[in-house]
Amino acid sequence: MNIHEYQAKDILRNVGVPIPPGRVARTPDEAAAIAREFGGTVVVKAQVHAGGRGKAGGVKLAKSPEDAKTIASKILGMQIKGLTVHEVLVTPAADIASEAYVGIIVDRAARKPVFMVSPAGGIDIEEVAASTPEKILKLAVDTRYGLLPFQATQLGFFLYDDVKKVRAASKIMQQLYGAFMQTGCSLAEINPLVTTPNGDIVALDAKMVVDDNELERHPDIEALRDPTGEAPSEVQARDANLTFIKLDGNVGCCVNGAGLAMATMDLVKYYGGEPANFLDIGGSSNPEKVVSALRIITSDPNVKVILFNIFGGITRTDDVANGIVMATKQNPLKVPIVIRLTGTNEEIAVKILTENGFSAMTDMDEAVQRAVQLTKGGRAA
Amino acid sequence: MSIFIDNSTTVLVQGITGRDGSFHAKQMLEYGTKVVAGVTPGKGGQKFEGKVPIFDTVTEAVRETGANTSVIYVPPMFAADAIMEAADAAVRLIVAITEGVPVLDMTKVYPFVKEHGARLIGPNCPGLITPGTSKVGIIPGRICTPGNVGVVSRSGTLTYEVVYQLTRAGLGQSTCVGIGGDPINGTNFIDCLAAFENDSETNVVAMMGEIGGTDEQEAARFIKEKMSKPVVGFIAGQTAPPGRRMGHAGAIISGSAGTAAEKIAAFQQAGIGVAKRPKDFVDLVRARLA
Repeated sequence: MNIHEYQAKDILRNVGVPIPPGRVARTPDEAAAIAREFGGTVVVKAQVHAGGRGKAGGVKLAKSPEDAKTIASKILGMQIKGLTVHEVLVTPAADIASEAYVGIIVDRAARKPVFMVSPAGGIDIEEVAASTPEKILKLAVDTRYGLLPFQATQLGFFLYDDVKKVRAASKIMQQLYGAFMQTGCSLAEINPLVTTPNGDIVALDAKMVVDDNELERHPDIEALRDPTGEAPSEVQARDANLTFIKLDGNVGCCVNGAGLAMATMDLVKYYGGEPANFLDIGGSSNPEKVVSALRIITSDPNVKVILFNIFGGITRTDDVANGIVMATKQNPLKVPIVIRLTGTNEEIAVKILTENGFSAMTDMDEAVQRAVQLTKGGRAA
Repeated sequence: MSIFIDNSTTVLVQGITGRDGSFHAKQMLEYGTKVVAGVTPGKGGQKFEGKVPIFDTVTEAVRETGANTSVIYVPPMFAADAIMEAADAAVRLIVAITEGVPVLDMTKVYPFVKEHGARLIGPNCPGLITPGTSKVGIIPGRICTPGNVGVVSRSGTLTYEVVYQLTRAGLGQSTCVGIGGDPINGTNFIDCLAAFENDSETNVVAMMGEIGGTDEQEAARFIKEKMSKPVVGFIAGQTAPPGRRMGHAGAIISGSAGTAAEKIAAFQQAGIGVAKRPKDFVDLVRARLA
């Protein structure tokens, strides 16, 4: 789960990371009032779950409260990578002497969280990695021991020469690591970490991504979720315990298991069609889940055909069949449906479907081909 | 022979009284797996299905029954502890079925299990089956049949699909292993490939990968350099939108975006037969068995 910059900054501020004050505005007037309170030049920053906010015009300096109001009115409502900006962070502008990058990410190859730090901060870290990889230090942390003091010092010396700055930076590394572990992050980033002309080190931007599997332990973090930051269909799916990702095609897919769901999408493409979504109904099925899945798929106006591909293991195919019957009784389908199911309780499932006027197939390739055909004006069997 | 499990495998089930644990313990018993113990704290002294003794701790279960393998069905927030409890009790093979284990928990579990000399399969995996002999986990027994094809996969139902098609075509399996789809898992492709290479009953390996990470690329290198047996591979997620599964910073560390195209290219370079569809496994495997 992504959280906003201001939320990440609140978490880091709480563990002691030096971060300039800031407040969130939802209207241009609020932005002006906050700017007046801080006095001097402020930065107005779009709060949206997308990278490249600066390039998209979502981060601007304002020299006066009136200026802040004008800028906020432009940024609020702006679209950045398809997401609408509903909030801006207003924060005093800082004088910058140098900029560094500090990040932690769980690395699957090392099987550990890995620190990445670079004195070339402020810009895209991917560019640094591509053009000057020697400017990045990577350091893996054994979570059983935590970030050891000498490691934090190593990281600090990679960024600064002055020992006073090194100590301040090492402390920030420890604080960032602490927040990363406490919050259950898969990524935490400070970019840039800046030095001011009088030698202070402060974090000007922060990003945290929390492992979805940790949220059960952290209701306070779950409460930070911004539902406007995601497509409505994806929010609806999560509430129904389904994994759903919207795509641009017209074959609505409903599959059990992520691997089979991806393989089904690939097969749709292989036979000349385009999948409208990725949808995994998960392991243990119940008819209600299938009803929710169908509601989400059919709410996409691009969908011309619905394709079920169910391989029953833990998932009982009769549960799926009952779900299809229930859902279509509540909301009769306006598009054709192709159902492939095999595995646990297949005979019962086929009987339920046939009695209710559906037909079921057992071969994955045949089902996908039929579905693709139907998007091209072929007739249902 | 087979890999990891055979007729000497004796299984204890952690979470045997839970919904999933009890259902699958029954299925394993019906398949003929030697399920010798269950563990549910507070239910020690009871019997599962009137015959399998239940213990409060894994240590006790191992001491009393000599179980050498554990299969874990406990809820995600307790799974890390359950795995470490099994490793500490000197269980040799630990199969964690649980889905949703926090990845930071696994950063502690992985070195702990290694230091205890145990093998962990999973988490978030369907387990493994040696058809006709033993199954540990949730792979449906009736879709498998004994034979010479080794199967290893990161996915659950996609594995079933491929195994089912192999079985229907008369191509039996030596062992099928689902290693799980989580970023940190106990056993990777290379571990399984090395075991299949040394297994006298495996003649060809079918491998199903996914987008994300670099496990498949490393496996391809291993196959090219270390394996004499032929391998057929498939990558799921060719149409998946980029950027939805992993952040860019992860790609910097591994030096790879983990795309399907990259993985397929690595397979081709290593001389691995590439299945474009799950169905293609049948012809590709058969050609390599001939």
